[in-house]
Amino acid sequence: MIYDYLYSWTGSATLAAFIQSLLPLFIFILPFALFAVLLERKVSAHMQDRLGPMRVGYHGILQTIADIIKLIQKEDLTPTDSDKPLFNIAPALVFAGSYAVFAAIPFSGAFIGASIDLGLFYIVAVSGLVVAGILMAGWASNNKYSLLGAMRSAAQIISYEIPTMLVVLTIVMVTGTLNLYTLSEMQTGYFWNWLILGGPEFGVSKFIFIPLMIISFVVIYISTLAEVNRTPFDIPEAESELVAGYHTEYSGMKFAMFFLSEYANMFAVSAIVSAVFFGGYQSPFGYLGNTLGIPWLIPIEQFIWFTAKGLFFVFVQMWLRWTLPRLRVDQLMALCWKYLIPIAFVNLLIIGLITVL
Amino acid sequence: MKQYFENIWTGLITVMIGMKVTFKHLFVPAVTIQYPDVKPELPERERNRLYVNMDDCIGCDQCARACPVDCIEIETVKGLPTEDLGKTSNGKKKALWVTKFNIDIAKCCFCQLCVFPCPTECIYMTDVYEFSEYNRNNLVYNFVTLTSQEIEEKKLNYEKFEAEKAAQKAAAASKAAEKPSAVKTENKTENKPPENPGSVQ
Repeated sequence: MIYDYLYSWTGSATLAAFIQSLLPLFIFILPFALFAVLLERKVSAHMQDRLGPMRVGYHGILQTIADIIKLIQKEDLTPTDSDKPLFNIAPALVFAGSYAVFAAIPFSGAFIGASIDLGLFYIVAVSGLVVAGILMAGWASNNKYSLLGAMRSAAQIISYEIPTMLVVLTIVMVTGTLNLYTLSEMQTGYFWNWLILGGPEFGVSKFIFIPLMIISFVVIYISTLAEVNRTPFDIPEAESELVAGYHTEYSGMKFAMFFLSEYANMFAVSAIVSAVFFGGYQSPFGYLGNTLGIPWLIPIEQFIWFTAKGLFFVFVQMWLRWTLPRLRVDQLMALCWKYLIPIAFVNLLIIGLITVL
Repeated sequence: MKQYFENIWTGLITVMIGMKVTFKHLFVPAVTIQYPDVKPELPERERNRLYVNMDDCIGCDQCARACPVDCIEIETVKGLPTEDLGKTSNGKKKALWVTKFNIDIAKCCFCQLCVFPCPTECIYMTDVYEFSEYNRNNLVYNFVTLTSQEIEEKKLNYEKFEAEKAAQKAAAASKAAEKPSAVKTENKTENKPPENPGSVQ
């Protein structure tokens, strides 16, 4: 594990923990956000038969770096009538909430921030912090659009946490654990051990589980999509109605924080879905390191698989964004309370019965 | 209850259909033209910046008269009979020195009405459309090929020629006037009514 290595290297538990907790940010989230912003723009452009950014670097690959430089140079505005302490804390809080999620996500067999037994529960809990930050931003801005966006966002995130939690409960019933590391380790070997294909235990129940797991996956994917405020559930920041929602009044690096946390959230959600249903960092066909007899290659391969799976789900989020129009508020609530929650409940009951029998 | 499951089914299926469509469009070649690098192909009869080929211009002023916004200004000086001004490409003999041919392209409305009357087809629309300027005065295009010195020279030449001609005429007139003047002037002043005072000339 990386922590042990850092501990022996620095000789101080605090320093090692500090470095380890910063690792995902600097080696993963920041580069990922840079890449994902470009990916988003390219995907959206090509889906609309456009080209997207083309002028900064080859096919615009340096576009996000140029954007970051621009954002750093921007003036850091604070509205006169805003609640200044809250206004300044909010972006940090939102980012902290979305970054804290990464603590419980296993990046590979050799790196997990904190292998806690309540992993999934912890993730759902700390992502509640994001709601507080968003409400804070909307309230402190003293702007009606911001407040409307924040309230919509809070309503949406809280509603969609219910189907997410119900699906998490079904996972607990099947696997008996909330620890994402154990969950990923359970699904080792080949892709038929993934939970979406009925889990590692081979028997009659595996085949009954397949359709139920697919339903769970669809439910959790839709509800997490709503939790990260992506289209078709982007009513909190609906450009055509609310300017930019809760971050209307933010500029410069504070805006960049919101932006970064949005992309961090996108990846976190994709990583959770892939860790729960698609084996997390596990390879679907076994490892090259095993066949070649190089043990240190395995964690690297695992990291690549983890990134690839996460990126795939991020891509699907973008794909959905450019396919579906935005939902109305009532449609959004109807989808959650009339469709996702009953389905998740029935799914939970059936899976509970099967596991009991 | 049936409606409920139908809703779920149509919801899922329509999302899938939509995703299929957008996925196909990922691989459709983009319609974007990288403008400053790649220029779009304009239609054959596009109307953009005017150009005047001064080698062919005979200074007939027809384009200036056709212009609905009066953006063409032409001044000409007659050439001397002894001078050879050359021929246009379709064989017309030039008789005028064009001393001023200004097109104020800021005023131009790109109607192309000046192009049709031109007898030598020397004024025409080109395919240049990127000619923005910081100063509006730079949009007044001067097409005259003569230098200002030459223009002065031509004007002087013509004035001299005119003056000589007038002098010759005056001389001839005074010669002619000497013999029959006494009789004729008396007759005319008596017979003709005062309505036609210029008839003597």
